[in-house]
Amino acid sequence: MNKLDTNYKNTWCPFCGNFGILVAFKRAIENEDLNKIVLTSGIGCHAKIVDYLNLSSFYSLHGRSIPAAEGIKLANPELKVVAFTGDGDSLNEGISHLIHAAKRNTDITVILHNNRLFALTTGQFTAASEDNFKGRSTPMGAPESPINPLELMLASNATFIARSYSGNIKHLEETIKKAMDHKGFSIIEVIEPCVSFFNVTDFYNKNTYTIEENNLTEREEALKKIREWNYEGEGKIPLGVFYKIDKAPYFERVLIAKKEETVEEVLEDLI
Amino acid sequence: MKDFTILVGGQAGQGSRKAGLVIAKILNNLGYRIFIYDDYQSLIKGGHSFSKVRASFKKVLSQEEEVNFLLALDEETLKRHLKEIKDDKFIIFNADKIKSEKGIGINIETIAKEEGGSPIMANTAIISAFAKMVGIDFSLLKNVFEKEFKKGLDINLKIAERVYGEVEEKIKIEKLENKPLPLITGNEALALGAVKAGLEMYYAYPMTPATSILHFLAERKLGVETIQLENEISVIIAAIGSAYAGKRSMVGTSGGGFALMTEGISLATISETPVVIVNSQRSGPATGVPTYSGQSDLNFVLNAGHGDIVKFTIAPSNADECYYWGGKILNLAFKYQTPAVLLIDKEISESTFNLEIKEDVSKEEALLSGKGEDYKRYEFSENGISPLAFPGKEAIVKATSYEHDEFGLTAEESEEEIVLMQEKRLRKFEAMQEEVDNMENAINVYGKKDSKNVLFTFGSSTGPVVEVAEKFDLKVIQLVVLEPFPELQVLEEIENAEQIICVEQNALGQLSSLLAKNGIEANELILKYSSRVFQKQEIEDLLKEII
Repeated sequence: MNKLDTNYKNTWCPFCGNFGILVAFKRAIENEDLNKIVLTSGIGCHAKIVDYLNLSSFYSLHGRSIPAAEGIKLANPELKVVAFTGDGDSLNEGISHLIHAAKRNTDITVILHNNRLFALTTGQFTAASEDNFKGRSTPMGAPESPINPLELMLASNATFIARSYSGNIKHLEETIKKAMDHKGFSIIEVIEPCVSFFNVTDFYNKNTYTIEENNLTEREEALKKIREWNYEGEGKIPLGVFYKIDKAPYFERVLIAKKEETVEEVLEDLI
Repeated sequence: MKDFTILVGGQAGQGSRKAGLVIAKILNNLGYRIFIYDDYQSLIKGGHSFSKVRASFKKVLSQEEEVNFLLALDEETLKRHLKEIKDDKFIIFNADKIKSEKGIGINIETIAKEEGGSPIMANTAIISAFAKMVGIDFSLLKNVFEKEFKKGLDINLKIAERVYGEVEEKIKIEKLENKPLPLITGNEALALGAVKAGLEMYYAYPMTPATSILHFLAERKLGVETIQLENEISVIIAAIGSAYAGKRSMVGTSGGGFALMTEGISLATISETPVVIVNSQRSGPATGVPTYSGQSDLNFVLNAGHGDIVKFTIAPSNADECYYWGGKILNLAFKYQTPAVLLIDKEISESTFNLEIKEDVSKEEALLSGKGEDYKRYEFSENGISPLAFPGKEAIVKATSYEHDEFGLTAEESEEEIVLMQEKRLRKFEAMQEEVDNMENAINVYGKKDSKNVLFTFGSSTGPVVEVAEKFDLKVIQLVVLEPFPELQVLEEIENAEQIICVEQNALGQLSSLLAKNGIEANELILKYSSRVFQKQEIEDLLKEII
């Protein structure tokens, strides 16, 4: 057994995209100080990953992986905090936290498992599902179009934006390393098939390609790359880091408390 | 005059609250004990705001209906409060805005302008006019001004000096022997108590009447990080995250925000993460009457969170108790690794009291683990408390919202595992009950201790109830710890009771429901649900019908 493994029985479906994420993550952190890594997760198939990893973790509530991660980072900025989340988790239930964490440049790494539907609840549409998605809650097709989460992240002033694919483990491993090295808010959208309810493995294998990572500070260029794929059932899907800029992380700006007076002095002052 | 009230009022933005506070500080320095009630509406400019400053030779915890001095910055103040004044000659009004035959009119705005000040400095003028009217030395006024007006002190003093010369002394307020005490709101007091118990992080989303906790901690240099997040959900979850990572964390809100936080109470309970939540009530449901008081969140707070939950719910009633319990509750949350709610209301949060520390609080260490690699976050123990470790060192700390095994991994398959962990928490709940059973101050008893008539109350209703009860030789039991219920202490105190009356500020008699749940039937209820706090006279009138 790898020291990173727990003895917990894995309950993901055979060939689930999450296996690729688990393997890539374990490889990516091989040279990290494991005591300094803390994981958080929301609720959903993605979240089971913390049960499989022998690392400190907070298995949070649905949609709340990110605020839990933010609180941990603020309490101890020495920690490297990785927030695992899903599309249902952070594009539906907890979307406000995702936007604000990006806006604040909270120094955490968000790994967004995007299988483009609610899987654990047996296949309903999320904000990332394609238009007209037929699930059990929408047998006639979902009457909504998807949002592009990375476009949302760019608009929210995220300082590191990347996409990878669970079927390209090498690429994912490298991207996770880059994201964890980034000082500030980093997000990797990991597209993955849901083998039980939305199996697009062939489509992803055929259409994903890695891009040259250059001009990473150019917003317009980033937007172009981000918009190349529209989250509908067609088109090429670029993988790679799309955007990366330097900006002071949130903890450096918000943790400014000074201890210059005692309670007794304050009370004296209030007479 | 041994016990008198000054009402100062105006439009929002005219500085009536500041005027009230400065007058209170002057009287505090003369040895009077102070209680200030602040009344305002949900708007920024205009409307009607007022402060009622009660000064007494002895400690007071409630307001008087009758007013001895009326200081009107605008016409509305005079119109609304004229009926409350005892003697017309003690009215001072803003002659630039008001025509009145009663009282003394002073062109306070003109004077402020002529001395080079802005219209808001008319409040300085009215303070000075009052000071002269009651024979307060200008030197004392000057001392207090120097502390209170750091900006524009010279102009404020010039205005004050001129008005002081123009007003006649009508009555002399005597200096008392009492030492002045800090003047502090309930919110400020609970914040300071929490700091004494080691508070490190305070998270909040602005909501009246809890907002001033955030303001106070952000302005002061007490070493507490203050963090405003996008909503109350992120506030509670981030605070739980911080506590998991080892920092003493607290959040503050009112009923609506508390509603959003309830999933966090559930999360903190099963993940056994200590966190303190301040809920300062206003009238509900929903937005209700947002800048006034109420005690109608009681049922909700006691039942907040899905699942089997016992937490601490503690309801202090004034600044002294806020200071003590603000610290104590943080220690309790860490000792038992549990969510804990400090339940107060607008009247406590924003009223100003004299603080008297009878029993100080200090940080009590939680049970910490010295283990490294073999650490189990939820290790079984006799009293259900597992030693704490924080991530970042050798121990792997796995906390979770799922039911779990000792290590913190999800337990779904094994019924036995699920039962064992639930029973561990049940043992902890029992230990929490024992803690309350052994607390001397879980309830406070006032009035005539052997009276057969017992009034039950809590929170801000306590002040006026105690004053009335003392007058009529009745017994008062103030519930301070509401959950776990201090049954032993209460039963002992009602052994000889013939009549039990609940006095509370809500429409359903929620305190009486809590008593009923614990086998105590109230015979009568005295309820008020106008969003304004009890006046002593109201309690007196209703009591006369019952007793």
